[in-house]
Amino acid sequence: MWEYTDKVKDHFLNPRNVGQIEDADGVGEVGSLACGDALTLYIKVKDNVITDAKFQTFGCASAIASSSALTELLVGKTVEEAEQITNKDIADYLGGLPREKMHCSVMGQEALEQAIKNMRGEAPPRAEHEHEGELICECFGVYDEEILRAIKENDLKTVEDITNFTKAGGGCGKCIDDLERLLAEARGEGVCETPGETPDYPAKGMTNIERMHLIGSVINEEVRPMLQADGGDVMLVDIDRKLVTVKLMGMCTNCPSSKLTLTNVVENKLREKVDPQIKVREA
Amino acid sequence: MNTIYMDNNATTQVDPAVFEEMQPYFTELYGNPSSMHRFGGQVGQKLKEARERVATLLNCDPAEIIFTSCGSESDNTAIRSALKAQPEKRRIVTTRVEHPAVLSLCKYLEKKEGYTVTYLGTDEHGRLDMDEYKAAVTPDTAIVSIMWANNETGNIHPIEEMAKIAKDKGVIFHTDAVQAVGKVPIDLEAMPIDMLSLSGHKLHAPKGVGALFVRKRLPFRPFLIGGHQEGSRRAGTENTTGIIALGKACQLAQENMEEENTRVRTLRDKLEKGILTTIPDSILNGDKDNRLPNTANISFGYVEGEAILLMMDQLGICASSGSACTSGSLEPSHVLRAMGVPFTFAHGSIRFSLSRFNTEEEVDFVLGALPKIIENLRKLSPFSADKEAPACAKSFSE
Repeated sequence: MWEYTDKVKDHFLNPRNVGQIEDADGVGEVGSLACGDALTLYIKVKDNVITDAKFQTFGCASAIASSSALTELLVGKTVEEAEQITNKDIADYLGGLPREKMHCSVMGQEALEQAIKNMRGEAPPRAEHEHEGELICECFGVYDEEILRAIKENDLKTVEDITNFTKAGGGCGKCIDDLERLLAEARGEGVCETPGETPDYPAKGMTNIERMHLIGSVINEEVRPMLQADGGDVMLVDIDRKLVTVKLMGMCTNCPSSKLTLTNVVENKLREKVDPQIKVREA
Repeated sequence: MNTIYMDNNATTQVDPAVFEEMQPYFTELYGNPSSMHRFGGQVGQKLKEARERVATLLNCDPAEIIFTSCGSESDNTAIRSALKAQPEKRRIVTTRVEHPAVLSLCKYLEKKEGYTVTYLGTDEHGRLDMDEYKAAVTPDTAIVSIMWANNETGNIHPIEEMAKIAKDKGVIFHTDAVQAVGKVPIDLEAMPIDMLSLSGHKLHAPKGVGALFVRKRLPFRPFLIGGHQEGSRRAGTENTTGIIALGKACQLAQENMEEENTRVRTLRDKLEKGILTTIPDSILNGDKDNRLPNTANISFGYVEGEAILLMMDQLGICASSGSACTSGSLEPSHVLRAMGVPFTFAHGSIRFSLSRFNTEEEVDFVLGALPKIIENLRKLSPFSADKEAPACAKSFSE
């Protein structure tokens, strides 16, 4: 059973502002029956202040509670103030949500954006996203721009986090590699934005050959002994810029945790000892 | 507030008679059944009795029963044993609607150990296609593993016929009978089943005990290696209290199965009929005519399962949902998806599973409460049958 706060339970069992506003100034619709949750948000605006907000939600307890919380947050705010509301504000208002349910708060934020756009005549009531980006998760229709934004705004660190916040990767799992790539990209963007603040790391300033030698020695001297102690082993296969390809051997081959070994042991060690942007994959 | 427990496919209440039987073996009779002294020996005698009781329920030889810790261990032992005993065979046949104890293992074996796995599909009622099955079982198949009864829909599969087909092709046949044992008559002397898994807590024994039937002379490779317990087929000091409880639970099931099935089926049918007739856009998932007598899996269109469950929980009603949101995954039940239940309904599925302890008053209470719950949630929902009803959903309604 999920651990919901009392406030989540209260907003689920006694949702505020349920229904439609017939003459709404802005309407935002996100989600679908197929996705398992959907929200329609209605706002009424007078003199640039949101005077009324109502919702209709199909979804679980946290989806209903998040929608209810959002409407409570909106009333009395100017449109500009409302635009600043994030999914984190919705979750905080409720005293937190289980991490796996954070996508419910993201749905609230997206519905709000759509409703404001609709109010300004920039979008139809039903959210027909015009995406310039790449469709990453086909199961839940999530684009790269939404994922990158969720990573940045919520400081997401893992693919699991991305799934919790956006649903991407929660279906067939085919997009997991893409999600890993986007995570790496998001980290890279951060470095580019503040080049002066890039911390020193062991391989900084090395030639390619020096860097390759360092990777080889870290794998041979630090990673392999750790894996060999548990009956496993690893072999360096290739180095292509930041991408290091290895082959797991011995007990690691059949280990159910081999993916974790790859990231938690091999990748982390190379990031620590060579370059924090290194990514490791299995041959 | 009273608890109305209708989640017996998840776990069951330990029967008071079962509890009474196991109790002295926690406190007064705590010897190790493998010990040479009489204090341990008397526990060994009680284990022997438990083994006989399990064997009687299944109509097999007590020597063919290996006690395990749970159904999952039994399933894993059966499948891994068959693979190890026949290293030249690299194929497995199972279904898309198995319990994760089998499904996850098969996916692991496929990905990590290079086995080829055939996952049989179902029709919209959850029934397997026998022609597809016959074609899938080939002489290079190491094991067929197919559940006797499905935990979500209660569907009963034609296990005897499937076992015969496997036997004719010289293929080991295992069945996960965790939901079936105690509810369906099983005669292993008459059926060519090679291995069968069961779990104590599904038939009014406690959690943490299970059993695996392994037919005599079947090549067997232990999963747990260590001491010589269970005829050197499963190492580890026995969970004596659990095993004694399982034995008693099997004895009770043997004595009362027919009468209990009739009573529970009557209650289940009343519940099911009441829901389907009073709540619009509700459908039954599964094979209407060939199910466990205690299970009713019903989907409610345009509402989400977790929300229904939590509303019911407020009234003390316990059930389960195949909804994605209850599990932390984002896809609804793999069983309902395999059956092609439309998303409109799959997200709003609730499984009611009854037991000998449920009463007609409880059924009446649920029938009184549920329509209001669904109505309230539908009032919250932006969808409705009129507003958004995919054609597939309409055709699925009865």
